[in-house]
Amino acid sequence: MAFAGRRDAPEAPDFGILKRLARDQLIYLLEQLPGKKDLFIEADLMSPLDRIANVSILKQHEVDKLYKVESRPAPSSSDQFCFLVRPRIRTMRYIADIVNADKMSGRSRKYKIIFSPQKFYACEMVLEEEGVFGDVTCDEWSFYLLPLDEDIISMELPEFFRDYFLEGDHRWINSIARALQLLNSLYGPFGKVYGIGRCAKMSYELWRDLEEESEGDSQGRKPEIGNIFLMDRDTDYVTALCSQVVYEGLVDDTFRIKCGSVDFGPDVTSSDKSIKVLLNAQDKVFSQIRNEHFSSVFGFLSQKSRNLQAQYDRRRGMDIKQMKNFVSQELKGLKQEHRLLSLHIGACESIMKKKTKQDFQEMIKAEHSLLEGFDIRESTSFIEEHIDRQVSPTESLRLMCLLSLTENGLVPKDYRSLKTQYLQSYGPEHLLTFHNLKRMGLLTEQSAGETLTAVESKVSKLVTDRAAGKITDAFNSLARKSNFRAISKKLGLIPRVDGEYDLKMPRDMAYVFSGAYVPLSCKIIEQVLERRGWLGLEEVVRLLNGNEFSVSDSAVEDNPAWESQRVVLAVFLGGCTFSEMAALRFLGRERGCKFIFLTTAITNSARMMEATIEAKA
Amino acid sequence: MSRARGDEEEYWHSSKFRAFTFDDEDDELSQLKESKRAVNSLRDIVDDDDDDLERVSWSGEPVGSISWSIKETSSSSTSSLEGRDSSLQKGSSSYAAFPKQVSSYSLSSLFKGRNKLPSFQSLSDALSDTGVKNYAPELRRPKAEYKDYSSDWSPKDTVRRMQRGKICSLERFRSLQDKLVLLDEAVAGHDGNVITAVLIFLKRTLRREILFRELEVRQVALCHLIHFLKETGEQKLLLDLLRFLDRTEEVALSQYREHLNIQDVEKRREFLKGCIGLPFSAEDTSHIQDHYTLLERQIIIEANDRHLESAGQSEIFRKYPRKASILNMPLVTTLFYSCFYHYTEAEGTFSSPTNLKKTFKIPDKQYVLTALAARAKLRAWDDVDALFTTKNWLGYTKKKAPIGFHRVVEILQRNNAPVQVLQEYVRLVEDVETRLNLATKYKCHDVVIETYRDLKDRIQLTAYKCKVERGSADEEKINSILNNMQIRWKN
Repeated sequence: MAFAGRRDAPEAPDFGILKRLARDQLIYLLEQLPGKKDLFIEADLMSPLDRIANVSILKQHEVDKLYKVESRPAPSSSDQFCFLVRPRIRTMRYIADIVNADKMSGRSRKYKIIFSPQKFYACEMVLEEEGVFGDVTCDEWSFYLLPLDEDIISMELPEFFRDYFLEGDHRWINSIARALQLLNSLYGPFGKVYGIGRCAKMSYELWRDLEEESEGDSQGRKPEIGNIFLMDRDTDYVTALCSQVVYEGLVDDTFRIKCGSVDFGPDVTSSDKSIKVLLNAQDKVFSQIRNEHFSSVFGFLSQKSRNLQAQYDRRRGMDIKQMKNFVSQELKGLKQEHRLLSLHIGACESIMKKKTKQDFQEMIKAEHSLLEGFDIRESTSFIEEHIDRQVSPTESLRLMCLLSLTENGLVPKDYRSLKTQYLQSYGPEHLLTFHNLKRMGLLTEQSAGETLTAVESKVSKLVTDRAAGKITDAFNSLARKSNFRAISKKLGLIPRVDGEYDLKMPRDMAYVFSGAYVPLSCKIIEQVLERRGWLGLEEVVRLLNGNEFSVSDSAVEDNPAWESQRVVLAVFLGGCTFSEMAALRFLGRERGCKFIFLTTAITNSARMMEATIEAKA
Repeated sequence: MSRARGDEEEYWHSSKFRAFTFDDEDDELSQLKESKRAVNSLRDIVDDDDDDLERVSWSGEPVGSISWSIKETSSSSTSSLEGRDSSLQKGSSSYAAFPKQVSSYSLSSLFKGRNKLPSFQSLSDALSDTGVKNYAPELRRPKAEYKDYSSDWSPKDTVRRMQRGKICSLERFRSLQDKLVLLDEAVAGHDGNVITAVLIFLKRTLRREILFRELEVRQVALCHLIHFLKETGEQKLLLDLLRFLDRTEEVALSQYREHLNIQDVEKRREFLKGCIGLPFSAEDTSHIQDHYTLLERQIIIEANDRHLESAGQSEIFRKYPRKASILNMPLVTTLFYSCFYHYTEAEGTFSSPTNLKKTFKIPDKQYVLTALAARAKLRAWDDVDALFTTKNWLGYTKKKAPIGFHRVVEILQRNNAPVQVLQEYVRLVEDVETRLNLATKYKCHDVVIETYRDLKDRIQLTAYKCKVERGSADEEKINSILNNMQIRWKN
């Protein structure tokens, strides 16, 4: 994909078909259990299910009552139970308990477990152990892909992050490979595949393996998506841990967007109730501000509200006929816009209020210093104070991880002291969290040898303490083999800008972080697409720990005239943030290509940190 | 790369990030407020039903309310969906009523191949014979497949079949050699589900020492077994495995982790006591020790205070009833609690702040922050004062703080401290610009006036006159300074 000239980006393919496929398969599965039945749904499947089906569809297929899968079994008189679940051990035990309780009381029912997106052998083992294996029938609902928006597809598997990056479990790789297979058969064949990361590589290999035997005839078919880029989240943790400042990212950080919709509370709606709002390209106000830096949003909203006012004011000079036209044709649209506008203004206000209270400005400043690598002492004491004041536990963890990632680990003295204070502020059981973070390489301690070279220690003996501290700092930054720093330098992630960075007229992807930092993940994608491979990026690849690949399928016709050549499926294994999407959408507009995002789940710093915390069983 | 201090300051001042701040005094916010007013003024014209929003969905389909419906069932599990649906259509929830929509095509048409719907074209292409398998669940498995049970699949084929969700017997892999080849194939196939399946089989058919020994050199498989044991809760086997691998720290952490599942505090305390001897690093051992000591303290404090509270004798508990128990709270929260309820107690009692500070070696900074927050909440300004006052050997008093005074101001302000109190600390903020900002923000006129005087900034001082009340002492003060001929103004 050559970035020649500026062309309009192609449209995204229609992903509605994915929803229809999922819905129809679910209906088919429900029909496999004819007659009235109660449906038990796993909590985290409810929102995705809501996006593709609704109660009346379930009802049409003889679902009587709906229950949430939870610890206490429900009393029910139905003769048939159907469980719609994720493949989890603890859910299996819950189901086995229900079945066994029925057996004890001589109640006979039919049971069906529908696993989504797939069944695990370990689950069947539990069913066998619990003695209910023959009593239940199992099926798979291959609901791998939920289109959340025109250009976002989510696998809705947030647990992938912990399972793979913390536990080292490859259980979801098959699901990823199958998801790729499905997309390839519907929108491919993908001519070019790029990737970086161990999981990316394994997923690619398993997918190729599946393709080989499916021998689906893709020859000569005109693809809708020509390129695919797979990336492991651990290639770039830094970006995911930064505070988000584009509107959609801020909304996610502040209110948590769940499955493409958000609950705006009373503080936003300025009424006494919460409103659930779908946030996507269909929302005419949101679609225009989602990718903007927060500072540009106000101007836009006020312009928009003035326009709206003017449109309403036109009523004044109207005669009856015009008025009738106005009411029948425009009023509904205006009302809709009015409602959206007031919601987003309310959201902005609420964000401003919260962020002002939290010293957001100071925090952003500390973050930027960390990214640029100066004034580390000051940032460290900022983090320390953050911990001491018991400000949100995930925020404090996030900042410590940023410090560790950008500095290639904490100086042992700082590590000890921050850890101790963290345990004192947020609870001693976080000892387990620290262990997890260490294992994932998110928060590490520099080993003793790394910090002081012989020269340094000699020098520091010669000068006064205060000066020694400074010298040590200077030496450290030289001696340390800080990969982030080196990568950042190689790729120019910190833009050198004279004067002010105009956030309203961004010049590069750095605008998503106020002009201070180009997201690493997006920069890699940009570079590889531009070079059509990894050639010339050897040093960066080495610093990223390798596992890069680039494959052209020679069997796929390579027609540069096809729009699909300019459509890129960006696959984030372990989660993608809204900031990264905004950055790549910007890149797409600049280079005339279209990015489609496929992610195991939408993520942000808080979700990532929470995934590392141990909870009771 | 460490820049000189001067450089940094210059950097921040000339910085590109200045364009936008999250300060509430900002123009941007007033702009926002304006838009809000404009939009709100339109409300009368447009306000009626709430439906429009919730119906929006990017594919144009109505979004149903399964989640909502489930919430309802759990509260009244007897009513059935019929009732639910009707209440839904009345729009009693935030969801709007949705039109009934029947799926546009049925599944059977999917399997027939070609479909008339144009948007379906690409799918039907993809669905030619083999493709179907991907979308249709394998419900009606041909009988023949069950016969595969006894067939002689190679390890590689076995793994491949398992990856595709087919039933495959592993029983014929009986020699250790065969088992290991199978395991290695599973790992090479990348599918964690299959790796775990093979491990379950190996765990059942091999003595644990042999299994452990083989896993030691197979790290990927080892991760899978450890995760599997964690999930199934086979703690004993997990610990044996970790011990075998000499991962002593993980043994300790894994045992310590169990305390999360112990509800009863006495039992939890006993359990933690047992954890102290586990093979943690020296550093972590002291954390575990502290965890135990803390819970022990909390149990004592809780018993005492519950008694005090219910007796109704203590004024502080009457005035500020406790919102929650102190059990299992972090140390800093406990310190806050003790600064709130037990501030004046002698060091000898377990609940006194000084005792906590000593026992847990709480740093000064942390102690002062917490004590300040607690005393400010009670509006005990004298205590706040005492917290920062130090006497030198000549008996002069001086205000000192281990944290920046701007922090002190912020905490006091959040607790609605009166201007007189606030002012005193704003004055102590070292950085002139911060001091001016805070003083202006919290209307500490005296501080603003004095700072401008010290800066010899006549223009700013004159401008500030309009911020103070007409005829007030503040205005008078400004006038007298402006008239002072001694001052050599810089402008």
